Amino acid sequence: MSMTPQAAPTAKIEQEWIRDLASKNRRIDGRAPSDYREITIETGTIEKANGSARVTLGKTKILVGVKLELGAPFPDTPNEGVLTVNAELTPIAHSSFELGPPGENAIELARVVDRNLRESKAIDLKELCIEPGKRVFIVFVDVYVLDHDGNLVDASTYGALAALLKCRMPECEIRDGEIVYSGSFRPLPMRNYPVPVTFAKIGRTLIVDPCLKEEEVMSTRLTIGVDKEDCVCAMQKGGMGTLEVHEVTAAVEAAILKSGEIRKLIMEAAC
Amino acid sequence: MTLHVEKRQIVTPGELLAQGDYYPDLNTFREGDSIYSTIMGIFDHRGNRLSVVPLKHCYIPFVDDLVIGKIVDVGMSGWMVDINSPYPALLPATEVMGRQHLPRGDGGRILEVGDLVKAKVIAADRTRDPLLTIRDRGLGKISRGRVLKISPSKIPRLIGKDGSMINMLKKESSCSLNVGQNGVVLVTCETPEKEELVIDVIKVIEREAHTQGLADRVLELMKSRIRGEGNAEGT
Repeated sequence: MSMTPQAAPTAKIEQEWIRDLASKNRRIDGRAPSDYREITIETGTIEKANGSARVTLGKTKILVGVKLELGAPFPDTPNEGVLTVNAELTPIAHSSFELGPPGENAIELARVVDRNLRESKAIDLKELCIEPGKRVFIVFVDVYVLDHDGNLVDASTYGALAALLKCRMPECEIRDGEIVYSGSFRPLPMRNYPVPVTFAKIGRTLIVDPCLKEEEVMSTRLTIGVDKEDCVCAMQKGGMGTLEVHEVTAAVEAAILKSGEIRKLIMEAAC
Repeated sequence: MTLHVEKRQIVTPGELLAQGDYYPDLNTFREGDSIYSTIMGIFDHRGNRLSVVPLKHCYIPFVDDLVIGKIVDVGMSGWMVDINSPYPALLPATEVMGRQHLPRGDGGRILEVGDLVKAKVIAADRTRDPLLTIRDRGLGKISRGRVLKISPSKIPRLIGKDGSMINMLKKESSCSLNVGQNGVVLVTCETPEKEELVIDVIKVIEREAHTQGLADRVLELMKSRIRGEGNAEGT
């Protein structure tokens, strides 16, 4: 019988230490509750992809690749392209990650990244249509977690957004029912730039960008996706704990502030 | 009989150390007449015994080592302990309460997953997982203090010659310090501020382990920090 390897939990006295610090608005790595770890975004890391990006968020490392392929649209949206997001928690990233079909964490990660991009209407999917009902571009966004030190959702979405902004779409037209590529490329029709901000609740304190140890101690987690108009476009709550109304409103306000700064970083990296 | 490298010279894996009638000790191997290094490290020899001290290494348990480990699993007849090593260690029930099996469902009550223990290695060969004991004075469950991990190769520097460095730290900070050979250090002080101070100093020692005159600089740093804290409390 096989067993899913479980990561050794953080020592209990260390967990207490993290809780104790959080109650004083402090954190193990010396950050303030509203501080992100250092973010670096590198684009064009994968040569053969249409777009790619590598993001580091402290010790968390993510690689995102975007590939465009021709395919059939969904019957209910015949004149729209297709966006699919997939996330892979590779065994190299953490001792508890294994090969095989994606687990619930990998699925949640892909879904939240997808929700941020889709609900903010980041890509104008109508422009990806070549022949209504028959042929459209399918945008595959593949997220690979290379190193796991918490807050995968934020790092992955930043990577996905940067990779999409850098993505080059081949120009083509239909001649006698055949697809003819002109050989030139143009950028994807990006209309919005969603930036999620994740909060973790430890004790009664909300902290931003939790690292792995903080994620272990947190009672609940809330991701708020903010689009370029400072509107909330996506949300996801994880964990068993509860949030009070005033905590959620405070988080939304903080997320709007924080996302502006991070969006600037992503735009700089992708331009 | 020829030595090809000098004492304290840095050698690389596969480098020829000597030829002739030498005995290969730690991190070296013999092939025919020649002895080679298996790792990158500093060459050393005593008489005709050749060894290489690694520059960087993970913890390999040896009998009688004092280690600080974390309980990761409760089994039928003991606990699995993470000792910061490639080998998980076993802490058998017999070494904790003198019976073969844990009382049904009660194993977790004595030591739970996530607890830290100070233990001693009683058996370690590479064919089986190392065994630990907590039956000795000063060993057992750790209930307070803070732990930090440093590279196991820096542990000798943290202890110093005949414990000079660690004793100086203890004396200056009046904290209790437990150094596991596996690179885990437990710091227990009266106040969290002091624990933080000692941890900062240990990190300095780790970072500057290779430099000369470290002890003096550490003493200086400790004194200035303690003075600083005293002033902060006074104002």
